Amino acid sequence: MTGSITLQQGAAGARILGLGAYRPRRRVTNDELAQTMETSDEWIQSRVGIAERRWASEDESLVDMAVAAGGKALAASGLTPGDVDLVVVASASLRAPIPGIGPQVAYKLGIPRPGAFDLNAGCAGFCYALGVAADSIRTGSARNALVVGVERLTDVTDLTDRSTAVIFADGAGAAVIGAADEPGIGPVVWGSDGDQHNAIEIAAGSSTMTMAGQAVYRWATTKLTATLEEAMAAAGVGPADIDVFAPHQANLRIVESMTRRLGFGERTVVARDIVQSGNTSAASVPLALTALLESGEARSGDLALVLGYGAGLTFAGQVFRLP
Amino acid sequence: MSEDIQSGLAEILEEVAGVAPADATPEKSFTEDLDVDSLSMVEIATAVEDKFGVAIPDDELANIKTVGDAISYIQKNRG
Repeated sequence: MTGSITLQQGAAGARILGLGAYRPRRRVTNDELAQTMETSDEWIQSRVGIAERRWASEDESLVDMAVAAGGKALAASGLTPGDVDLVVVASASLRAPIPGIGPQVAYKLGIPRPGAFDLNAGCAGFCYALGVAADSIRTGSARNALVVGVERLTDVTDLTDRSTAVIFADGAGAAVIGAADEPGIGPVVWGSDGDQHNAIEIAAGSSTMTMAGQAVYRWATTKLTATLEEAMAAAGVGPADIDVFAPHQANLRIVESMTRRLGFGERTVVARDIVQSGNTSAASVPLALTALLESGEARSGDLALVLGYGAGLTFAGQVFRLP
Repeated sequence: MSEDIQSGLAEILEEVAGVAPADATPEKSFTEDLDVDSLSMVEIATAVEDKFGVAIPDDELANIKTVGDAISYIQKNRG
């Protein structure tokens, strides 16, 4: 045996340098949906808390939306495309999964030959991808990374089925992250409950998604509080330190249930972007955070607690400082 | 025994779904009479599990239509 493997020096920590979002142009209200299916604004708002959502048009492809959100995150980060050497695109709604869209998104943003791939962890995708990217910077596999969550769930939803059509929507959110001496992203706490693999699925031979609403609701409201507590503990913070709580926007009632159980202080701002955006799966966490930053409810330097959870079933949470 | 269960269940119904305790009588249907939706049924089930130490899986939950159904389920399955 000759030679030995050496490792590169990584960074002390990673932090988010910029966030960006893309919301499709078309706004779809509950009243519009009620014209074509047996539902009502009151029914939708009381069940899931959604008032309106965005549906992508033909000229708003997954790649288009990912590039738009990624470009805004890059601009906000102050980096140039040439500084980025890792691109991770989280999505669960590619209708043609070969090739993954990570390389094309990078190419269209002018990022030269980065490590690039797609990651499918359902609605937990953004938080999984952020964990992978932050760890890549910690270990020296990457210097700066672009993480995107992007979905066109309307492509995989039966838009005549009121149990899913009123919930799922489209959009993209992105973060650019880089090295930091003072860690700005806490450890990811992730896991899965594969025994419930068919709770949210596109069944073999089908092109649209089904969801066992009661099972997912029960899982989300009873099993995931512990993950949020672990994510805070792993970062060395507690509920009183959290400025912004931005869980995946699956259902407003789940957001409220988690918020009640965690016992935040009064100053903690809770993301309720689902009211305007519907459930956008892997895009929901960065969409919710950018909305709070744009409205001024959240500020640069705030400590955010996020959690993604969904098809798999998968879950991932972490604490980070907003750029 | 069944009075204890009924009053305990009534407390849960009031807390989770805002049902007046006097309305939580055995013949009442959760969805038809008490306006409890499917997600509130899940919240009621998890609260019943905590309070009475019974497990109510989703497929069993689907068969619980009335307050009386819930009371007899708890009676039958309580350890």
